[in-house]
Amino acid sequence: MKRRWTLWIAYALLAAALAALPFLVEQNLGRTWVRTLDFALLYIMLALGLNIVVGYAGLLDLGYIAFYAVGAYAYALLASPHFGIHGPFWALLPLGAMLAALFGALLGAPTLRLRGDYLAIVTLGFGEIVRIFLNNLNAPVNITNGPQGVNLVDPIRLGNWSWGRSQSWLGVEFSSAQLYYYVFLALALLIILASLRLENSRIGRAWEAIREDEVAAAAMGINTRNIKLLAFAMGASFGGVSGGLFASFQGFVSPESFGLMESITVLCMVVLGGMGHIPGVILGALLLTLMPEVLRHTIVPLQKTLFGQVVVDAEAARMLLFGLALIWAMQWRPAGLWPSPTRRRELARRQQPEAGP
Amino acid sequence: MDIFIQQLVNGVVLGSIYALVALGYTLVYGILGLINFAHGELVMVGALVALSVVRTLSPLLPGLPGWVLALLGTAVAAGVCALLAILIERVAYRPLRHAPRLAPLITAIGVSIALQNLAMVIWGRQYHSVPPLLPAASHQFAGAAITEVQILIVALAALLMAGLIGLVHRTRLGRAMRACAENIQVAELMGVNVNAIVVAAFVIGAVLAAVAGVMVSANYGLAHYHMGFLLGLKAFTAAVLGGIGNVGGAMLGGLLLGIMESLGAGYLEDLSGGFLGSHYQDVLAFFVLILVLVSRPSGLLGERVGQRA
Amino acid sequence: MNQAAVPLLLAEGLGKRFGGVQALQDVSFELRAGEIFGLIGPNGAGKTTLFNLLTGIYRPDQGHIRFAGRELGGRKPHEIALAGIARTFQNIRLFAHLTALENVMIGRHGRTRAGVLGAVLRPAWVRAEERAIRDHALQLLDDVGIASRADSLAQHLSYGDQRRLEIARALATQPKLLALDEPAAGMNGAETTELKTLLQRIRGTGVTLLLVEHDMKLVMGLCDRVMVLDYGRKLAEGLPAAVRADPRVVEAYLGAEA
Repeated sequence: MKRRWTLWIAYALLAAALAALPFLVEQNLGRTWVRTLDFALLYIMLALGLNIVVGYAGLLDLGYIAFYAVGAYAYALLASPHFGIHGPFWALLPLGAMLAALFGALLGAPTLRLRGDYLAIVTLGFGEIVRIFLNNLNAPVNITNGPQGVNLVDPIRLGNWSWGRSQSWLGVEFSSAQLYYYVFLALALLIILASLRLENSRIGRAWEAIREDEVAAAAMGINTRNIKLLAFAMGASFGGVSGGLFASFQGFVSPESFGLMESITVLCMVVLGGMGHIPGVILGALLLTLMPEVLRHTIVPLQKTLFGQVVVDAEAARMLLFGLALIWAMQWRPAGLWPSPTRRRELARRQQPEAGP
Repeated sequence: MDIFIQQLVNGVVLGSIYALVALGYTLVYGILGLINFAHGELVMVGALVALSVVRTLSPLLPGLPGWVLALLGTAVAAGVCALLAILIERVAYRPLRHAPRLAPLITAIGVSIALQNLAMVIWGRQYHSVPPLLPAASHQFAGAAITEVQILIVALAALLMAGLIGLVHRTRLGRAMRACAENIQVAELMGVNVNAIVVAAFVIGAVLAAVAGVMVSANYGLAHYHMGFLLGLKAFTAAVLGGIGNVGGAMLGGLLLGIMESLGAGYLEDLSGGFLGSHYQDVLAFFVLILVLVSRPSGLLGERVGQRA
Repeated sequence: MNQAAVPLLLAEGLGKRFGGVQALQDVSFELRAGEIFGLIGPNGAGKTTLFNLLTGIYRPDQGHIRFAGRELGGRKPHEIALAGIARTFQNIRLFAHLTALENVMIGRHGRTRAGVLGAVLRPAWVRAEERAIRDHALQLLDDVGIASRADSLAQHLSYGDQRRLEIARALATQPKLLALDEPAAGMNGAETTELKTLLQRIRGTGVTLLLVEHDMKLVMGLCDRVMVLDYGRKLAEGLPAAVRADPRVVEAYLGAEA
């Protein structure tokens, strides 16, 4: 019983810390860092979605960002002056998720027979196709507004509350970025919970089975086609949710945000953190969102102190270090920074009998 | 009809370049099963190094004919790319040869990002115009214009590919490479120096990439730090289209992709009744890739991998 | 033995060709419920091809497979598993990076039904189903004698234990017919004897067994009936003793091994 108490206290402390975080960050680091925090949460959701496809089902997807795009555009087009439609956020978010899931299954269908690297290139192509269409569907009929993207996307609204401007509640002033933080945090927690439960379920085990050995999985009565499509659809739906959140938070969407480099970044988060291991994936997403920002804020001052002037283009130096860090991290920990501790499962079960009365 | 021939000519030129780059992907993939994402960056490094050599030498030796300059530039570029490839293989890939499958892929992405930004530090963000070193004369060919540079590109690419086929099928090195591609462990047991073969594959790929880089920059008259990424991607697509790991497939895939893109750019608008403009040429390329892979999951010339029980 | 009147599995005129090679030609046989049926023959006789036809890896070019009253020829592997034929693999195909327990739990997939919504919302019936899956799997691990290794990764088990785990995983699909592809391959004498006991115990629970095997001693000592394949054709079928005495069989084996 004592262990349960300490667990609850730990949860309470964690909850308090997460609730206070945006205020601590804004006071000590400034408002831009609250936005960075929001993006970190978005990337956690994205990475967990891709983790289902790559980590659990073992299907290498290089076009994952397309589903983020589908979610973002679904929301942007149905909640902006572009078509003059202003749908409610809480209805559009699930719609975006379902649409993305549909796209996921559509992409999955023709790729079922492909293995490994062939699948990678086809998903990559699919991602590019979606981006190119978004970029060009402004003529002859203007659907996506082309490269300019969709502007003035509605922020989240609930009754009189708008997430687009500061609000005060119980005498506390919340900035827009802070308000978004709580919504993103809630949805990220939901997605973490869903991921955890899926992992330890009949469906999750079936995904792992096809990752390990498709022929043996089929011999167990697993319909490998359906279970792959399900992985694509589930992963895509997480991407769709993140996309809708992104559109409302950012206020505009354009095809530029959904390039191949974004897909690759999310994949790096999953693999760098530890494929198939939720805490690892979260760590990967946090690191790869925060590290470039930290570098952005330190490289110029650092150069000034060292050389008295800016010697190297800050953006180039930042990305150079990022690339080198990726190389170094994979050398140091080829299975990811925080891989699934298979030993831990062995230990956990051995302790179970002792936990009884 | 004139447009058709013209686009076909352009497509063959583009396709020759794709094929050279695709060979680099396919050689490494065939042996290691690694998608060397950084390969496209070698094309960029080759182009920029050659440009720097030309820019440095031309004021020093004003009497030197353009083709000598171009040759010198290409040779230095090939050398630099080869050394770079050896370095990358040794430092980034070799320690991961027995690591989980995706670790080397992420490393390759890291190498790609690092190379691209290193190039940005060295050469800056701007587009560099490439001086015309060869006569810009243009010939008429069945109603289409083709420049001498383009003729040279196609001829040189054909020559290099013929040389590579000879190397793979006629030499000891080639036999060892094929043995490694078949089964690297068995090849090692048979006494093949696997590390040397892997390095050889990287070096050959790097030299081809450097040549391709010079070709691209000569063809378009431009070079910049970002030119390798999309080109590499297209070339990888070409390699997969032809059947990755298969040398002939890389050539076929490269040519097909180049021709498809050119024709797509010329005709997509007419074919779709004005709905799809030439911006969609990449869609066409990827769409054909998907269609091919769905009907032949291992590419056009790839071996069929059936389900084995 | 009334069940013997209606065969559990009836194969008629099965044929399969790979390119220019007729791997299997006009093979007919039946499996009776509750028996242990051995399939033997020299290397390249078509045993594995036949096995793969029965388990849906290949489609037959000719012929029919009727199993428990349904036509199975050309069905997909997972449909065949659901129909009640479970299999093991000659070159062991476990889910290497999952635990032994998880391997067997995956075998329950086709007999359970929680979907994505069930997994995420976890209502009472799903929790009960999960518990049942786990208990059933633990029981099966115990039945084959590797309960103590439940939480070891499959790849860390010894060779013999991996074979046992494959059998447990196959049994988790609740098969009517368990098809074993060379289960004794690579086992020493003691392990083979234990395997024999295990297979007899499984038969005792009402499961029919099909055994493709090289180890003649095991086949002769275990099987109720035996079929011999040679060059893709059926050479002989009958009681082990009769088959062993059949001069054509002796010749096929001596010819192959001389």
